[in-house]
Amino acid sequence: MSALEIRNVRKTFGDTEVLKEISLAIDSGEFLILVGPSGCGKSTLMNAIAGLEPVTAGEIHIGGEDVTWRTPAERDIAMVFQSYALYPSMTVRQNIAFGLEMRKVPKAERDQAVERVADLLQISQLLDRKPSQLSGGQRQRVAMGRALAREPQIYLFDEPLSNLDAKLRVEMRTEIKKLHQRLGTTIVYVTHDQIEAMTLADRIAIMRDGHILQLGTPDEVYNDPADMFVAGFMGSPAMNFLSASLEGGPGEYRVRVETEGAQAPLVLPWPVERETEALASQVGRPVTLGLRPEHFSEEDERLGDQAEGTRFEATTTVVEPTGADTLLQVRLSGVEATVRLGPKSRIKAGDRIALRVDMSRAVLFSTEDESRLA
Amino acid sequence: MDNVIRRRTPRARLLRAGLYALLIAAALVYLLPLVVMVLTSVKPIEEIRAGALLSLPSHFTLDPWIKAWSSACTGMRCDGLSGYFVNSIKIVVPAVAISTLVGAINGYALTKWRFRGSELVFAMLLFGCFVPFQVVLMPMARTLGWLGLASSVSGLVLVHVVYGIAFTTLFFRNYYVAVPDEMINAAKLDGAGFFRIFWRILLPVSGPIITVSVIWQFTQIWNDFLFGVAFAGFDSQPVTVALNNMVNTSTGVKEYNVDMAAAMIAALPTLVVYVLAGKYFVRGLTAGSVKG
Repeated sequence: MSALEIRNVRKTFGDTEVLKEISLAIDSGEFLILVGPSGCGKSTLMNAIAGLEPVTAGEIHIGGEDVTWRTPAERDIAMVFQSYALYPSMTVRQNIAFGLEMRKVPKAERDQAVERVADLLQISQLLDRKPSQLSGGQRQRVAMGRALAREPQIYLFDEPLSNLDAKLRVEMRTEIKKLHQRLGTTIVYVTHDQIEAMTLADRIAIMRDGHILQLGTPDEVYNDPADMFVAGFMGSPAMNFLSASLEGGPGEYRVRVETEGAQAPLVLPWPVERETEALASQVGRPVTLGLRPEHFSEEDERLGDQAEGTRFEATTTVVEPTGADTLLQVRLSGVEATVRLGPKSRIKAGDRIALRVDMSRAVLFSTEDESRLA
Repeated sequence: MDNVIRRRTPRARLLRAGLYALLIAAALVYLLPLVVMVLTSVKPIEEIRAGALLSLPSHFTLDPWIKAWSSACTGMRCDGLSGYFVNSIKIVVPAVAISTLVGAINGYALTKWRFRGSELVFAMLLFGCFVPFQVVLMPMARTLGWLGLASSVSGLVLVHVVYGIAFTTLFFRNYYVAVPDEMINAAKLDGAGFFRIFWRILLPVSGPIITVSVIWQFTQIWNDFLFGVAFAGFDSQPVTVALNNMVNTSTGVKEYNVDMAAAMIAALPTLVVYVLAGKYFVRGLTAGSVKG
């Protein structure tokens, strides 16, 4: 039985359709992330699950029960908001216990629940403070504590980390992941940050214009994106999209990429095991080759022809050392492509360098409609 | 300490002295009527008749105040302002409380439970702020008669509540619009309903705007004359109407000292409210404009 099931949900505001036939189901204990650019409908979907906004059509089931027309209070869910939304006139203790109080849980049980979540989130020393006396990270913990106290069937997180500074955000991210592993709770989590999505999710739903473009594990959406939007949205630095053309035929397809200047074009053999039916109709037509920055590597002269991938030369325009690795911009096929190399690389901007490209994880898209070809 | 850097040349100092002199003179002009009132109200009538308007009293007396309070004549009756003062309190306290509470609930509903047409409702309420008193006199008189509340304290309370709701709704609506919706959503998820959210979440953070509403309504209703004179019965006249009757009583000698004392008595409560809560009044009016 699914913990949450959304069936053909649509939502319109006047003439604009914000959600277009959304369907998805998640299992108990699963961590689902809704991710997408602003205006994609992810927050509207979240509010629909929470019952804060009625849907125009479709059904929402929680724990096997149809809750489409139930109020937020009747849905057995808890939510952590972006602005934390703590009650300013109440202490931390009262904030955490408020939901239980509204559900007429006896005082002794409420106190127990407060103790439990305070221990869990290490906020015991803050219980008698008012929200205004807390730092951003502490408020965040209290907001999570308020949700955890009730032990609902589903937790909803609406961009919970986006108001924190970068360092704290990474810490809280790890903490949320630990919490999920420890408690095995079912979580739906909205974010626009694809790194949060990759690191936290069991499954990711990438949304755009009211559609779910792809629903899959982080590995699937990263390495096997459904279309060019997903490929470009997931991953940082973003995937490189190179204009190319397809040559050859079944068993020996080649992708031809024009390089800068008088250089011979780069002809890359397409791996046989990644061939698809769709390729045949694209021969001789423009396609878009998707290569992630880590699909490139620096030519190692000692390996010579033993090295994997196709060798090519390019001029670097920008070098960005990040510490853990070095990012290069090189000119390829009329665009700047990003290349990720090891931290020990001694390359300077303007250098002519030799690189190798690994086609085994490359993806190919139709230039026309941005759909995935192979 | 002021934190302005200014020139310290003789010419600049002279200009500054001139500026202060002008300001002090203006302040005196505004203060003078009050000074005259206070001085006159503690002088025996003989001294006033002698023509010394601004001089300090040679015989200090509180008799005019006592007379104004308990035995001055207002029309036919001669038992001072005290009864009417009590009338005013009986009108003001419920009218302020009810109009503030209704305004708060209106503002809450209009911002946190938006419904189809809620903007229109608000626009119409706002329009109510600009309806002149005189326009509603006749229809209100009919309504009060029809409700059986004509010439009663309850009737006046109703009139002031109806008239005040436009203002109090405006105050609370503008205050609550700045309260994040997420807070209300969180309370909904926690299982609180319309009134529970209002009492437990919103009202505890409404201190500044409640102060604004109370001061505004108190001043308006206490100082009201037109509704009082139009709708009050003999026994329900507010102090402003009684003051007018007392000053305009044409029998006997004109007792300026008693009139002045009566005017001071009628004006005192609004002054007291403002002095006690004025700080919060300003704070409430500017709340939300600056973060903090």
